Amino acid sequence: MFDYMTLRFIWWAILGVLLVGFAVMDGFDLGVAMLHPFVARNDAQRRVSLNTIGPVWEGNQVWFILGGGAAFAAWPPLYAVSFSGFYLAMLLVLIGLILRPVAITFRDKRSESGWRETWDWLFFVSGFVPALIFGVAFGNLLQGVPFHFDQALRATYEGGLLGLLNPFALLCGLVSVAMLAMQGAAWLSVKSEGEVSVRARRYGALAAILLVLLISAAGLWTMLGVEGFRIDGVIDHAGPSNPLAKSVTREAGAWLDNYRAYPWMIAAPALAYAGALVAALAFAFSAGRIAFLASSLSVAGVATMAGFSMFPFLLPSSTHPGQSLTVWDASSSKATLSLMLIVVIVFLPIVLAYTSWVYYVLRGAVTEAAIRRGDDYYY
Amino acid sequence: MFEFDVVTLSRLQFALTAMYHFLFVPLTLGLALLLAIMESVYVMTGRVVWRDATQFWGTLFGINFAMGVATGVTMEFQFGTNWAYYSHYVGDIFGAPLAIEGLMAFFLEATFVGLFFFGWKRLSKVQHLVVTWLVALGANFSALWILVANAWMQNPVGAAFNPQTMRMELTSFSEVLFNPVAQSKFVHTVSAGYVTGAMFVMSIAAYFILNRRHVDIARRSLTVAASFGLASALSVVVLGDESGYTAGENQKMKIAAIEAMWETEPPPASFTVFGFPDLKSETTKDEIRIPYLLGLIATRSLDKPVEGVKALVERAETRIRNGMAGYQWLAKEGGHPNAVVPPELDASMRDVGHSLLVKRIRPDIENATDAQIHEAAMSTIPDVPVLFWSFRIMVALGFYFIALFAVAFYLSSRRRFGKPWFLRMTMYSLPLPWVAAELGWIVAEYGRQPWIIDATMPTFLGVSNIPASNVAASLAAFVLFYSALAIIDVALIVKYVRIGPREEAQPQSSGAPVLPAPAPAQTR
Repeated sequence: MFDYMTLRFIWWAILGVLLVGFAVMDGFDLGVAMLHPFVARNDAQRRVSLNTIGPVWEGNQVWFILGGGAAFAAWPPLYAVSFSGFYLAMLLVLIGLILRPVAITFRDKRSESGWRETWDWLFFVSGFVPALIFGVAFGNLLQGVPFHFDQALRATYEGGLLGLLNPFALLCGLVSVAMLAMQGAAWLSVKSEGEVSVRARRYGALAAILLVLLISAAGLWTMLGVEGFRIDGVIDHAGPSNPLAKSVTREAGAWLDNYRAYPWMIAAPALAYAGALVAALAFAFSAGRIAFLASSLSVAGVATMAGFSMFPFLLPSSTHPGQSLTVWDASSSKATLSLMLIVVIVFLPIVLAYTSWVYYVLRGAVTEAAIRRGDDYYY
Repeated sequence: MFEFDVVTLSRLQFALTAMYHFLFVPLTLGLALLLAIMESVYVMTGRVVWRDATQFWGTLFGINFAMGVATGVTMEFQFGTNWAYYSHYVGDIFGAPLAIEGLMAFFLEATFVGLFFFGWKRLSKVQHLVVTWLVALGANFSALWILVANAWMQNPVGAAFNPQTMRMELTSFSEVLFNPVAQSKFVHTVSAGYVTGAMFVMSIAAYFILNRRHVDIARRSLTVAASFGLASALSVVVLGDESGYTAGENQKMKIAAIEAMWETEPPPASFTVFGFPDLKSETTKDEIRIPYLLGLIATRSLDKPVEGVKALVERAETRIRNGMAGYQWLAKEGGHPNAVVPPELDASMRDVGHSLLVKRIRPDIENATDAQIHEAAMSTIPDVPVLFWSFRIMVALGFYFIALFAVAFYLSSRRRFGKPWFLRMTMYSLPLPWVAAELGWIVAEYGRQPWIIDATMPTFLGVSNIPASNVAASLAAFVLFYSALAIIDVALIVKYVRIGPREEAQPQSSGAPVLPAPAPAQTR
C-alpha cells in the first residue's frame, strides 16, 4: 500500500488526530468535572451539570482508551517507556479515570446530601487530576525524560514522580487545565440554561484568557529556556525500529526548527490563540455554540503546536539523547502499520457517523425543570 | 514463600485487577443480550410489562457497566505500566487486537449505552431496540478482540522474532485472528458470560417470586433467563471441552497439570475425576479414573497418547539446551541494523524462549550447569494442585448450571413457578457463575506459567524496570480503592433490587426507568 516511511508519517498524524479527538471530546467531560462544584451550587444545578455529559461520557472516554491502544499497536516502544516511566503519574490518572464513571453513576443512587456532596468533589478530582497530569506529561516530553535502553531494548527509567513536577512541566499542566476548563465551560454553556450556564460562561471567558497568557509563557520558555532535540546527520526513514542507531544533539530553541523550516506550521499556534480569543468573546456575548467551536479549534491548535515542535521526536531522552524515540525508529512493523491503517480507514468514519447521530438525538439543553419533572432518564 | 520483588508484585496486581475486572464483564455480556431479548419481546408484542422489565434490569446493568468501564481502563494501561518489556517485545502483534477492540467494539458499546438509558423518550421503539442490540453486539465484539489477544499469549501464531528490532513482529494477521485457541476461548468465555447474566436475572426473579413482589415481571424474566441460561450452560460445557482439545494441541503441559498426569498416558488415555496430586513424589494418590475420556477430550481420538508432566519436562530441558546457541548469537549480534539470523541457527532460535527460563537462576545463562538447566526445565511445571482442583470445581459447577437451568426451564414451561425449595436454591446460586468464571481464568492464566507468552517469553522477563516500592504502592492503592468500590457497588445493586421495577400499573408510572429522583418514597 504505502512505503514504510509514509506509513510511519501517517501513523504519527493518526496519533495526533486521536489526541485531538480525545482533548476535544473527553476534554469537555474533564472540563465539566472540574467546573462542576463551582458552576452548580445546589443539588438541582449539580444534576444539570452532571447530565450535560451523562449520556455521552462513556463514548468520549473511548478516545482515551483508543489513544492508548493505538500507541500500543503502532508505537510499542513509546507505549512501553512512557507508561512505565510515568508509573506513579499514570496511577493517579487511572484513579481519576476510575473515579469519574463511578461518581457519575453512583452520585444519584442515594439522596443523602453528604453522599452527593462527596461524589461531587470526587467528580471534581476525577477531572482536575488527569487534566493536570496530561499537561505535566507533555511538559516533560518537551524537556526530555531520563531513560535509556540496554542492547536487548529493555528500558530503564531513572526519574521519579517528583522529578516530573518541575516548574516548566507544571506550567504545561496549567495550560492543560485552563484549556480543558474552557472546553468544559463551552459545553456547559451550550447544554445548560439559567445560572449554571451563566456561571459557566464567566469561568469559560476567564479560562480562555488564562489560556492565552499561559500558552505565551510556555511558548517563550520553550523558545528560550528549554533545550530542544535535533537529529544529527541522516536517519534511515525506513530502517528497523531500533532507537539505538542515531545521534542527537540538544540546543535551546531547537524545538523551533520545524517552524523555521516550514513557516506554514505557524497556523497551529495561530489557531490556538485565535480559537481562545474568539471563545472568550463568544462567552461574553453568550454565543455558546460559537464558543464551543472556537474552543475546540483552540484545543486542536494547542495539541498540534506541541506535535509540530517535536516532530519527528515522540519521546526524547534527557540522559541519552541518541536513544530518544522518534517517528523513524519507534514504530511497529510495516505489516502492522498497514493492517491498522486499513482498520482505521474503515472504522473511524463509522464511529464518527454514529457518534454524530447520537449527539443529534441528544440535542437540546438539560434544564432543571425537566429534571424535576423526571420526564426522562436523568442521573 | 513469596519474594516481594517487582515480578511477584506485578503478577499479584495483574491477577487482582484482572479478576476484579472480570466480576463485571461476564454480567455485562450476559445482561446486555438479555436486555436485547426482553426489549425485542416488548417491541414485537407491544406489552408494556416487557419494557418495564427491560428498564429494571437496565438499571442494574448500568451500575455494573460503569464498574466494568472503570476497571477496564486499568487493564489496558497495565501492560505498559507494569509489563513494559513485554509490551515492547510483542506490541507489534498484541497491540493490534487491543486497538481494534477500541475502534470497532468498545466505541460502539460505549457510545450507545448512554442512548440506551437516555433515549427511551427520544427514539422510536424500533430505534431504541436497535440501540440496545448494538450495545450487546459491541460487548460481544469487545470480548472477541480481547480473547484474540489473550489467545495469542497462549498460542503465539503468526509472528516471528526480528533480530534487528529485538522483538516479535507480525507475519500473518489471519493466523492471529483464526488462532484455534482464540475461537474456542471466545465461545467458551461469552457463553460463561451469558450463564452469569441468566443466573443473575433468575436469582433475583426467584427472590421476587418468593416475596410475592413484582410477580408478573419476575415470572417473565425467569422464563427468559431459564431458556437462555440452559442454552448457554450447555454451550459453556460443550465448548469448554473444545478448549481442552486445543490445550491438548498447544499447551500440553497445562492439560497434564490439570490432570495431575505425571506419566505419559498410553492410548486410550483415561481421565482422573478425583485424587490428591502430590508434588514431592510426583504421583497422584487415591485416584478415581474414567477410561477413554481424556483421550477423547485432549486428542479427539482413542489411539493417541497424552503426554505427562515428566516427559514434557524432559522435552523442555532439550529445548533449553538447544536454544543456547541462538541466545549467544543474539547477545552478540542482536539489535544491529543489518542483523540476520544465520540459517544454521534457525532451529536454535525457535528455542531461545526456553533458554531464557535460565535467566531466573543466573543472568549469564550460557554458563549454566546441568543442575541449573534441569531446575529451569522443572520450572515449566505449573502449580499442579491448584490447577487440578480449580478445573474440577469449575467443571462441577458447569454441570450444576445445566441441571439448574434445565429444571427451571421445565418448571417455567409448565407455568409452575411456586416451588419454594427450588426458588431458594436458585436464589442462593447467584454467586456461583462468578466462582466458575474466576476459576476458569485461574486455570487459563495461572496454568500458563511460567510463560507470559507460551514458549516465547518467561513471565519474569516481561516486567517493567521500575522500583518494587512503586508497584507495592500501586498494589496497595488498588486493593483499598477497589475494595471500597466493591462494597458500594454491591450495596447499590442490593438497594435497587429491593426497590424493584417501576411498573406501569402503579400510580407514579411515567415510563421512565427507576428514577434516582431524591424522593423518600424510593427506599423501602
